[in-house]
Amino acid sequence: MESMNHGLGVDIAFLLLATLAVVTGWRVFRTDSMVRASFFLLVSFIAVGVIMILLAAEYLGVAMFFMMAVEMTVMALFMVMFMMNPAGLNPMNMVHQERIAIGAGVAGFLVLGAMALLATFPDQPVPASLDPVRSLGNEMLGDSMLIFESAGLVLLTTMIGVVVLSSHRGRYGAAAEGSMPPGLEPGGDPAGKPEEDEEGEGGHHHHHHHH
Amino acid sequence: MTLTTLLLLAAALIGIGIYGALSQQSFVMLMMGLELILNGVMLAAVAFWAFSGAGAPEGQLLTIIVMAVMAIEMAMGFALVVAVFRGKQADVTESLTGLKH
Repeated sequence: MESMNHGLGVDIAFLLLATLAVVTGWRVFRTDSMVRASFFLLVSFIAVGVIMILLAAEYLGVAMFFMMAVEMTVMALFMVMFMMNPAGLNPMNMVHQERIAIGAGVAGFLVLGAMALLATFPDQPVPASLDPVRSLGNEMLGDSMLIFESAGLVLLTTMIGVVVLSSHRGRYGAAAEGSMPPGLEPGGDPAGKPEEDEEGEGGHHHHHHHH
Repeated sequence: MTLTTLLLLAAALIGIGIYGALSQQSFVMLMMGLELILNGVMLAAVAFWAFSGAGAPEGQLLTIIVMAVMAIEMAMGFALVVAVFRGKQADVTESLTGLKH
């Protein structure tokens, strides 16, 4: 892997990809169609993934393709399901506090850009002998296995949380509806339930918003 | 392709993401801004790994962790969108005034 002494071709490719990433990233918020916006974001991510591959981080770049292709497809589906104007049939510009947002975005770019230009970072490129994919694999299943496995556990927790949040009887419905606390003794009356609730689920008045 | 140009690109992506996250009314468009910020963060992490980290594998691992964060953000975001939509038929931030005094 020559990661430092790369040729002119890599520079040209980087320039094109960087332009593509920024322009499509910008177009995400400047298109009338929300589905198109999610595909613009996908293009921006893929451009960054190709740049990662140019930087010899092949695994990360390819992982980026797969992950983002799926993620943005899901996003486009959500746009069609829930959001207004998914097809961009009407002009759309749904923004609030735009001036503050532009200011914050420009300020963020200027501060980070100034850091990129003014700070000095150590010049320690990836050694030519290193195999990036192998070293990442050894790290993930070696010294940093706890971190890697924790990430997996957090993802599992997220799945459970997502099901809880998005299932019908959720945060905005009546959370305790239909639930019955266990009895104090086996087969006994439910603990801590008011008298009128004891007839069971049928007698409840439903006060969560259907529909 | 130097560290400086890569970091400038990352800064541009983060800046656009900040604009999007702060300005968009629709929840999903707001999440796209957050994703764009994380996109820039991942690019910066890989750039540092490639040019200043002497190939330390933790640099790549950091990017994997950011990817996991991105997946979590996305999943939780959509779950919240679904929960809010069930409760209020709302898809823009303005309709959530429950915590506003």
